Amino acid sequence: MKRLALALLLAVLPTQLWAHKPSDSYLTLSTREPMVEGRLDLALRDLEHAVGLDLNGDRELTWGELRQRQEAVWGYVASRLRLSDGSGQRCLLQPGEYLVAQHSDGSYAALAFASDCPGAAELTYDLLFDADPLHRGLLQVSTAQGTASAVLGPENRSFALAKPSMLRTVVDFIGQGVWHVWIGLDHVLFLVLLMLPAVVGRAGSLSARKVLMDVFKIVTAFTVAHSITLSLATLGYLQLPSRWVESGIAASVVLAGINNIYPILGRRQWALALGFGLIHGLGFASVLVDLGLPSGLLAASLLAFNLGVEAGQLSIVAVLLPVLFWMRDRRFYRRIVLPAGSAGAGILGAVWLLERMA
Amino acid sequence: MKRPSLRCFKQRPTRGGRLAALGLLLIFGGEVLAAEAYRPVEDSVVLERLPRLQAADDLTDLRSRLAATPNDLALAVELASHYSALGSAEGDPRYYAYAQAALRPWWDLESPPAEVRLQRAVFLQHRHDFDAALAELEQVLRQSPRSAQARLTQAMILRAQGRYTEASGSCRALLTLADPALTALCLTSINSLRGNLHASYQQLQQVAARPMPPEHRQWAHTALGQMAEQLGDATAAERHYRQALATPRRDVYLLAAYADLLLDQGQPAQARELLADETGADPLLLRLALAERRLGIADWRARADLLQRRFEAARARDGEAHLREGARAALALQDQPARALELASANWRQQREPEDARLVLEAALAAQRPEAARPVLVWLDEASLEDARLAGLRRRLQENPR
Repeated sequence: MKRLALALLLAVLPTQLWAHKPSDSYLTLSTREPMVEGRLDLALRDLEHAVGLDLNGDRELTWGELRQRQEAVWGYVASRLRLSDGSGQRCLLQPGEYLVAQHSDGSYAALAFASDCPGAAELTYDLLFDADPLHRGLLQVSTAQGTASAVLGPENRSFALAKPSMLRTVVDFIGQGVWHVWIGLDHVLFLVLLMLPAVVGRAGSLSARKVLMDVFKIVTAFTVAHSITLSLATLGYLQLPSRWVESGIAASVVLAGINNIYPILGRRQWALALGFGLIHGLGFASVLVDLGLPSGLLAASLLAFNLGVEAGQLSIVAVLLPVLFWMRDRRFYRRIVLPAGSAGAGILGAVWLLERMA
Repeated sequence: MKRPSLRCFKQRPTRGGRLAALGLLLIFGGEVLAAEAYRPVEDSVVLERLPRLQAADDLTDLRSRLAATPNDLALAVELASHYSALGSAEGDPRYYAYAQAALRPWWDLESPPAEVRLQRAVFLQHRHDFDAALAELEQVLRQSPRSAQARLTQAMILRAQGRYTEASGSCRALLTLADPALTALCLTSINSLRGNLHASYQQLQQVAARPMPPEHRQWAHTALGQMAEQLGDATAAERHYRQALATPRRDVYLLAAYADLLLDQGQPAQARELLADETGADPLLLRLALAERRLGIADWRARADLLQRRFEAARARDGEAHLREGARAALALQDQPARALELASANWRQQREPEDARLVLEAALAAQRPEAARPVLVWLDEASLEDARLAGLRRRLQENPR
């Protein structure tokens, strides 16, 4: 330790600039829809530090050693170099030729690769920064729009490859809206709970027309409410801690379930939809923030996502409503499905509530 | 908070990258396009020789231990210190970057522990961000007023900036903190630049005669060699450099200084022998190319071109750097005196050691623009810096003041 302290003292002395260049890698990409081809040149010194190449420890890196480590090297690159399309979906990189290249400061491994990536939108580069913060990825991209370069560093790891077309973005976000309704169990459950009693009146059956009107009011109220909060939250005007939002959504399921059995909140389903819809909108907003809105197409994407959510809901209603409508006259429905279903959903909601409050 | 859903992957937000200027493309486009990928003929072909590190096993051991417990400050500081020491000996920024990585849990904190702040200061110093380094050091000294390393670093930075009085003050503060020989080393290295050359030389010789750890002896003899050169005593200088080289610690800058002496004394063959296979470090590659040029060995052109490509590659990522070496290369290898003068003048704005002065004077003469040397001449007079190597240059410049 004393020896080290002495060496440290001397580390101060030369005020001369570096005798070597810091670490760089050279990454070239060319995109020709839908293929992306590229080559990454990584300094052998850097690979030695990151994955280890000097198998026999003799401080000399041979072609044989480099070849033996091909899988490890490729694994390292594949895990840290990311190509994604307009909707954030990752494209798989296929390894190509594994060769060597000489640059001004030494030998580099030259890794060719290709990817079938329609609509390739973003490249993210994460190599070496955790072990060497001075490392930079020197990127050169040629696309149909021309050539561009960038220096990728720890503070700047991503590069936008293409400006996504308006149409493509809108389609993507509509799709995302639909998808997130279908996989959002709590949203779906809430909607279903509201619909269950809508097909039955207090006394006797309701006409199809009345049922449709009621369901229409519910869905519209829900839509209006969550569109408002979704937009406000996504644009940053409204911010609530996600714990409260998620708990609120769970609570809405519980209350809707209870309300179907004991109408503590009244029988006007559309009012429930309106009120709780406000909270559900905030839940959707968190999804949208995660997806990331393209700055140039903010309004279009937001609108598209909203439309997608509506479409998703309508599709669920369209499937479920005829079934419920057909079942509504049966005692089985009034006595069992409605209360038991509501209770079951309410319990599930309660479980979620406990989880999310914790 | 995870939403209840069937998703099994999280999607990332889109962020725009920054587009560099087209000039960037032009500069390193050449670098990349020129690098043909090939398959070596057989497995035994050696592609790269890694630097032979003295305590390589210790380093590997520390590294794996730190990977297991990344938040162990003492361990991280130890590894970082090892890397820093390597960085200074080899002049290789990768090692400083590794040191920074080892200290990652604390590096970006507003008020990190003193040892981490000190590493940050050393790091900034080596990047020549002197003001930022001094600011960090002030904080370190506030937290640990008895840190000898901080004082010494402070002294050396002030010396590089030409702030000799303040630098001396920092040296004197070392007296109670470390071996008195260190204070003497510190003070004499400053005083030799401000008119007390002969006295400093004598004093340092006496200090060097005392027993001291080998690394301090290396520093002492390197400094003595430089002072002897300033005094114009080449024989003594050579003797000192050889003693400095006798230490097991390898130092790229010492090799460069000794090579310069040999070149100045008209001994390019010895310089070439000294630098044998040293094509890794840029300053050594430069002096090797220079020696070979003087010997009329055809290889020198290829080496000079390689050096230029390295400067371009460095410029592509960081902008203009390597001013001192770039100026020297422009002057002595590329035969571009105007460019050399431009780089030398820019270099002079950042650092004020005798070598930096010499570059400006030589470039000004070669470019036939003696007026460009005036700021340096004025400074030399004010600082009463004695340097035999500059005497001839100053005379020639004063003969044609224009």
